[in-house]
Amino acid sequence: MQVLWSSFQYGFFQRALLAGLGVGLACALLGVFLVLRKDAMIGHGLAHISFAGVAVGLFFGWLPLFSALGLTVVTAGILVKIRQRAGVYGDTAIALVSSFGFALGILLVSMSEGLNVNLFAYLFGDILTISTLEVEISLILAAVVVLVIIFSFRDFLFATFDPEAAQVAGIPEKRVEFLLTILAGVTVVLGMKVVGLLLVVALMVIPAASALRVARNFRQALLLAVVFSLSEIMVGLCLSFLLDIPASAGIVLLGFTVYLVVLFSGIRWPRRI
Amino acid sequence: MPSAAVDKGRLDVPLIEVKGVYYSYNHLEVLTDVHLNVYSGDFLALIGPNGAGKTTLIKIILKLLKPKRGEIRLFQQKLKDFKDWSLIGYIPQKATHFDPLFPVSVREVVAMNLPQARWYDFWTKKMKEEDVIQALKVVGMENYIDERIGYLSGGQQQRVFIARALVSQPKVLILDEPTTGVDALTQEKFYDLLAKLNKEKGLAIILVTHEIGIINRHINRVACINRRLVYHGSHAEFCQSDFFRQMLAEGHHMIWHKH
Repeated sequence: MQVLWSSFQYGFFQRALLAGLGVGLACALLGVFLVLRKDAMIGHGLAHISFAGVAVGLFFGWLPLFSALGLTVVTAGILVKIRQRAGVYGDTAIALVSSFGFALGILLVSMSEGLNVNLFAYLFGDILTISTLEVEISLILAAVVVLVIIFSFRDFLFATFDPEAAQVAGIPEKRVEFLLTILAGVTVVLGMKVVGLLLVVALMVIPAASALRVARNFRQALLLAVVFSLSEIMVGLCLSFLLDIPASAGIVLLGFTVYLVVLFSGIRWPRRI
Repeated sequence: MPSAAVDKGRLDVPLIEVKGVYYSYNHLEVLTDVHLNVYSGDFLALIGPNGAGKTTLIKIILKLLKPKRGEIRLFQQKLKDFKDWSLIGYIPQKATHFDPLFPVSVREVVAMNLPQARWYDFWTKKMKEEDVIQALKVVGMENYIDERIGYLSGGQQQRVFIARALVSQPKVLILDEPTTGVDALTQEKFYDLLAKLNKEKGLAIILVTHEIGIINRHINRVACINRRLVYHGSHAEFCQSDFFRQMLAEGHHMIWHKH
């Protein structure tokens, strides 16, 4: 316990916790909408684009967070257009875009020397080495994502629950899809230092999936997703410090364990609360 | 009977005007030169066989599909200029339009359709309480306000969707085969409720249906679509018409009827 308490005194641990909680909040809120729209894998697809973005940044000596953010957000917009205009199935569009991103990343890595070591931090996550600048950017972006969700709350909920009726009520489904996909792009980039690009989808999907099994209404679903996400990140970080295991693996495995407990216990939010 | 002939002599302004609408999916024309007016107080049954274009026509009126030719006017405004969608309540087909596992309460479903609802209205229990409860009382579902929508029966769910449409104070309700998969008794109660809304609140109702028998006593106008408008008239005329007799003879199967 003494060791755990002392960990909170370290600057790197405080930075990791702060960034992790900010990212966890954005991922949890967005994840509930994406899971309910049956679009959970969009995070995984966009993560592959972020990989190319990171490679571009490292190749040209830019901050990878910025290059990944730029490329991912632009590609997220293109992905929506491909889905809406070309009449391609949603998962096919994700496969197209993600394979393009990964191929581009591999090409850039192969053209440069010494990139591989740096890339590993983004692929598998390395939150304990996060810099103050990265924490600040992460918190600002997380705040933007949360604010957009708050101010578009009715539109997102209505268009997710009943797109046709929402359209009739004057809420354009295409605009909602576009906004949510862009937000997913931003959130993927936020999560890449926390759990890595290969696991970032877990931050969006696992807390949301657990919450959706317990909640009786949408308010509870959002609240529970945030509680699951933040507690999994906090406990996962502590476990990684105590047991000397990678933080990304700790957070995701803990999240998956919580999901299994929720699934098999059949626990539900009590009525009339 | 073309729409213009049916409406001849009416002085009031139609709430919905469909003028010479054409629509085709790829190269298959599903609507040809359809004219139809809907007035305040109408209870219009839109009938026709499967694939006749009923749902397509509804979706064109609701701006969900764009007609190839023709014009729609809602409340005397061209469709592209029409902004006040709260005047139109829409209840989609029951069986297909929502995920029963979606964790959303009756209260949240109804509040979704309040244009003025903000995020904090969903976050407190007092969420636009009066508007929501009032709409639920009309359909007799106020005791289920905190129930998850997926746990309700099909008939109860449809009542909640009517409450959702009513909460924005519409002047027209459009329902697309709302009772598919619902038992006969529940259907009858459901249509009684629609008749009450039509008579007491003066709501114009457009009902896409196959169940012409069960709604017979409530409707006052009938339009039959089979790619074009093959019959349009008052309910009384409809019951006297050869068209109706032919329908009965065919066991309610709709037929192609050229003018």
